[in-house]
Amino acid sequence: MKKFLSLALIAAMLLSCVVLFGSCDSADPSGDDGFKLGVICLHDEDSTYDLNFINGVKEAQKALGLTDEQVIIKRNIPESNACYEAALDLVDEGCDVIFANSFGHETHILAAAKEKPNVQFCHATGTMAHTEKLPNFHNAFASIYEGRYLAGVAAGMKLNAMIEAGEITAEKAKMGYVGAFTYAEVISGYTSFYLGAKSVCPSVTMDVQFTGSWYDENAERATANALINGGCVLISQHADSMGAPSACEDKNVPNVSYNGSTLEHCPDTFIVSSRINWAPYFQYICEQTQKGEAIATDWTGTIATGSVVLTDVNTAVAAPGTVEAIAQITEELKNGTRHVFDTANFTVGGQALTTYLADVDTDAGFVKDTEAIENGVFFESKHRSAPYFDIQIDGIKLLNTNFG
Amino acid sequence: MNSTPVQNTSKPREPLFHIVKRPTIPLWKSWLIRAVAILAAFLVCGIITFLLVKRNPLDMYIAMFRGSFGSSRKIWKLVKDIAILLCISLAVTPAFRMKFWNIGAEGQVLVGCLATTACLFYLGGKVPDWCLILLMLVTALIAGAAWGVIPALFKAKWKTNETLFTLMMNYVATYLVAFFLLTWTPDGSSTLGRIEGVGMLPVLFGNAYVLIILVVAILTIAMYVYLNYTKHGYEISVVGESENTARYIGISVPKVIIRTMLVSGALCGLAGFLIVGGLDRTITTESAGGQGFTAIMVSWLAKFDPLVMILTSFLLIFLDQGAAQVAQDFNMSDAFPSIITGIILFFIIGCEFFINYKVVFRSAKKEGQA
Repeated sequence: MKKFLSLALIAAMLLSCVVLFGSCDSADPSGDDGFKLGVICLHDEDSTYDLNFINGVKEAQKALGLTDEQVIIKRNIPESNACYEAALDLVDEGCDVIFANSFGHETHILAAAKEKPNVQFCHATGTMAHTEKLPNFHNAFASIYEGRYLAGVAAGMKLNAMIEAGEITAEKAKMGYVGAFTYAEVISGYTSFYLGAKSVCPSVTMDVQFTGSWYDENAERATANALINGGCVLISQHADSMGAPSACEDKNVPNVSYNGSTLEHCPDTFIVSSRINWAPYFQYICEQTQKGEAIATDWTGTIATGSVVLTDVNTAVAAPGTVEAIAQITEELKNGTRHVFDTANFTVGGQALTTYLADVDTDAGFVKDTEAIENGVFFESKHRSAPYFDIQIDGIKLLNTNFG
Repeated sequence: MNSTPVQNTSKPREPLFHIVKRPTIPLWKSWLIRAVAILAAFLVCGIITFLLVKRNPLDMYIAMFRGSFGSSRKIWKLVKDIAILLCISLAVTPAFRMKFWNIGAEGQVLVGCLATTACLFYLGGKVPDWCLILLMLVTALIAGAAWGVIPALFKAKWKTNETLFTLMMNYVATYLVAFFLLTWTPDGSSTLGRIEGVGMLPVLFGNAYVLIILVVAILTIAMYVYLNYTKHGYEISVVGESENTARYIGISVPKVIIRTMLVSGALCGLAGFLIVGGLDRTITTESAGGQGFTAIMVSWLAKFDPLVMILTSFLLIFLDQGAAQVAQDFNMSDAFPSIITGIILFFIIGCEFFINYKVVFRSAKKEGQA
């Protein structure tokens, strides 16, 4: 009897599915209900990385005057077929342009883009748009290395102040850096931070330790503590939790943060933070789609586009004059009189770098394919928006090179 | 269990109510209790929606249903997700019937995914496609079976605790996947993209999900028959009831444990094959997505009956998709929808108590259906 009932219920369920298949028709992708933006996020607001994107969406929505019905955000979408399904579901909901925010989303979004040529698909941090050459698939990133360089300047000035105050000697000016994974995005990030500090404090060195995760509060806190115990007098990080900043606050070690201000939780140690502001890109893709114009295949946000931003400097911790120095160097980066990866300012194995082939095009063999150095400058984010600077320079010591 | 202790004092003071085990309960009554529980759950969820997030409860109900039935694509996704979860639930069920607490389905699915991906990665384009798909399937079954049988061997030989052992095997599987991802992606990103164009599973009736749904439908019936109408199924039940009885009637307990965990693991491997071969086309450390644990709930809620498991897996997937839709429609994080699904599950699991027991009040003998 019970079996019968369950079978009957199952049959009823399947029948209702079949009936609904008949009655349901996928919505027209172009949609008559006006313009819609769809956003796919790996996590939700609990992750600083995703929060930064969601804030960017909201800022762009306000600037463009879009209603809440015109912006759909899907949170907690893993890097699997679920991402492809989420993208197609957004198409059904009438989205005209769809954005995904995590590196691992890329090939799943690409699969959706191939299936829906009338909808625009944009992907942050990805690398494949310039080689796939699909008219409706686009990559974007920002020259965040410039922001990190500026944050590094603030760190270097803090070290100088500590040396002048007699707290440390010039040789003891060692910074610590909590990294996520050992790949170009992180390497480019910590190297630019180090070069920023070195531009004002020539004796600085840096230890880098990786956690093997983008978000692991305990590991980030433990790594920051290990670096502090190893003699690092200033900490920065490229990972998404509050682990490293709060470890610094506990031990009263100055901290340069990432992805947003940690001033509220760390008032005695927070110096400054750099972040990518995604609002200009969201605004750009919405405007281009509404006008029916093409979106750039590979878009790099810069200081000039408002994509690379610094928080306010915490003058209670930062060295005097930091705000003015950052303003001046920002101008130099904007007008091209200063380059972050100027080969005159760093060496590799004691030698100046004159030529370097970077792995810009995605392929199964990870072939290094593009000359990145022109006129003595390594041009990051020029050949594609996602970072490809992956060189180990002198003065930076990696404490672990695997990720654990 | 919970009946009142015998009162032998001169002036017995009867409590306000006490709980009595029901001898039997008519089918209509048990389903009535379940229906009341679900209605009550939705009512409470509505009130909470109104109080906590100041939204119209009706919008929440609509979103819950829209999540699973909003479009034909969502219905297909619903049925496909049920199929995958059901596959893993079917896999853990024989072991549970034997009272072998296998909580390692997550890891067994993951090694199935790993074996399938490894075949795609190393052999894609180098062997004919039919051969590649066959290899993907066979290696996934073997990998899952191996992951399942290792704890079973230890249990059968040395009486080790299978719960801890299978749990630990999950972590080994996760780090094994992390290791291979590092090996396969020398750029350090640990991200392997979709491997398309080779070893694609056949698309039946124009929809990639049909094959998965068919495979699991056949598996469900097969498992029902296996557990209820075969000698193996009988042996599993006897070992589950009493190992001494099993020994007495000449069943080799170690043999049944090992054989059952081979089946259990292999079916988890099959789920891994379907996930990678038919859906993801790649692997991450989260490819199993916690379904190995959800499957335990599906199996328990259905009292280990494969046919009822169709309903319970529908329930869990329905709640999951509904919650995601609520988060999307309300434009908020997953925290609030998780509360909603938690409440609904609480009521559904809680109502089983009122199916097994009845509440008797002091004065009048009335039934309580909270």
